Amino acid sequence: MTDTFAKATPATAPPASNPASPRRARGGFRRVRSIIKHALLILCVLVMLYPVLWMVVSSLRPNDVIFRDPSLLLNDLETGNYAEGWNAFADPFSVYLVNSSIVVLGAILGNLVSCSMAAYAFARLEFTAKRWWFAIMLLTIMLPIHVIIVPQYVLFAQLGWVNTFLPLIVPKLLATDAFFVFLMVQFIRGVPIELDEAARIDGAGHPRIFAQIILPLMVPALATTAIFTFIWTWNDFFSQLIYLTDPDIYTVPLALRAFVDAQAGTNWGAALAMSVVSLVPIFLVFLFGQRFLLRGIATTGGK
Amino acid sequence: MSATSELHNLGQGGARAKRQNKTAFLFLLPWFLGLFVITIGPMLASLILSFTDYNLLQPAEFNGLENFSRMLGDERLHQSLGVTFTYVFVSVPVQLGLALGLAIVLDRGVRGLAFYRSMFYLPSLLGASVAIAVLWRMVFGADGLFNDGLALFGIEGRGWISEPETALGTLITLNVWTFGSPMVIFLAGLRQIPRMYYEAASVDGASRWRQFLSVTLPLLTPIIFFNLVLQIIHAFQSFTQAFIVSGGTGGPADSTLFYTLYLYQRGFGNFDMGYASALAWLLLLIVGAFTAINFWASKYWVFYND
Repeated sequence: MTDTFAKATPATAPPASNPASPRRARGGFRRVRSIIKHALLILCVLVMLYPVLWMVVSSLRPNDVIFRDPSLLLNDLETGNYAEGWNAFADPFSVYLVNSSIVVLGAILGNLVSCSMAAYAFARLEFTAKRWWFAIMLLTIMLPIHVIIVPQYVLFAQLGWVNTFLPLIVPKLLATDAFFVFLMVQFIRGVPIELDEAARIDGAGHPRIFAQIILPLMVPALATTAIFTFIWTWNDFFSQLIYLTDPDIYTVPLALRAFVDAQAGTNWGAALAMSVVSLVPIFLVFLFGQRFLLRGIATTGGK
Repeated sequence: MSATSELHNLGQGGARAKRQNKTAFLFLLPWFLGLFVITIGPMLASLILSFTDYNLLQPAEFNGLENFSRMLGDERLHQSLGVTFTYVFVSVPVQLGLALGLAIVLDRGVRGLAFYRSMFYLPSLLGASVAIAVLWRMVFGADGLFNDGLALFGIEGRGWISEPETALGTLITLNVWTFGSPMVIFLAGLRQIPRMYYEAASVDGASRWRQFLSVTLPLLTPIIFFNLVLQIIHAFQSFTQAFIVSGGTGGPADSTLFYTLYLYQRGFGNFDMGYASALAWLLLLIVGAFTAINFWASKYWVFYND
């Protein structure tokens, strides 16, 4: 609308003689305002994302240029950092990518199965003290992991699980990411109960209603869960730092950290290159899963 | 409805409720196991451990309130509390202010909304990663990108991460940088405000500013409250960024010693697990207290339109 006003305004028309002039003047004003607004917004975006863009560009520069060039212009492409970084760690970087992927896939599978089951019970079944259990579930969302990490470590250490992926995956199989239970409960509540009732009349029990009616309908919530689990687990550092101390089963964040600490100030090119590699999966998820991410945080307020 | 049929229904309801208890238990079994074995059990264990001296190798020894009296004289603990409070109370308001401001700008029918929203949201996904912390170390180093930017304006920079006065500031900046996720929540909240309120307000001659103060802000208070509770809890638990930026030390001069980082050092660096458990419970009490205060204060400023 702003555009049509602006285009319809002949620059030569004497404003006073035209009855529509106040509107036109406002149209012009609006257009200027809108241009300023967009310019400011784009400036904001640029300032915010500049470091990330610089990281990508710098990872393609020779080591001695990185700190001397704040621009985004690439004079000559230097892929050496990637080749070097890939093999500069104790193991090839692919080992860490695989390790991280195992943890992430386990966590996703665990969350999808255990959280959807719990959510079905909270959303569709009546049971004793349901409101209390639900309140406890909500409280555990806010519980800092630090409060349980010491005894949890002792427990897993006694089971001989330190330096395996089990401490990172098994809790997910037990629906400890209550945030997703909540997300799915909200979603199932939005599914018409008539569908369940129709199925029940046809003789379906709860396991079948869950598996054949609810699960197929809650695919968007499952996708949101999978994507958030992916990002959170991929980025997770604290619990991986505690449970994985053997360099051979390091995940990507641990390997990066070890590398940066050992080589601080010497091989920034390789560190940057592998940092970029470590962020590629997040970018891909962002590109393809944005719809679910935005919907997920809009309804439940996740990170 | 006759009394008998009601009784009949009741009986049926009772039977069904019983049946559902069993079904519900099966559906909740993984969650129950997790709740008791992974969450509540360790929570209680950590409460007990907080009254002991325990180093993982020898059995825990009960030492009464010693851990807690030790806290009173522990200067690094006091330092870490100061650092964490500064971090929470500076970064969360700035972050939410920015998120709210941009959400309002974007909500007013900006073309390319989807593009801006994605671009502003992206840092929220990246911000928690080790890679971005590594980048931060470089950007705010003495010869980093940030100083190059300042040089454009003729300002002489410094080693922002290596000096105790500014190191925490770089971490606050990093948290502010991830304002995208509360912004998306604000945007969703703004969508919920019925347009007719604005129409009514402008019929009454209310200016845009007046409309913002009298319509937008009150109706948005539940969302502001929600974001505030969430971000405060979240900020109290920050760990990764301080760990990477300071190389695990919380330095320089303990200026980035986040509470959780100190807890990690005591528990998993020194295997001083009794003390670490006491620290963990103190954290829980602090976070719980702030959440409770938040909920209590919300009575006075949060407006529920129902």
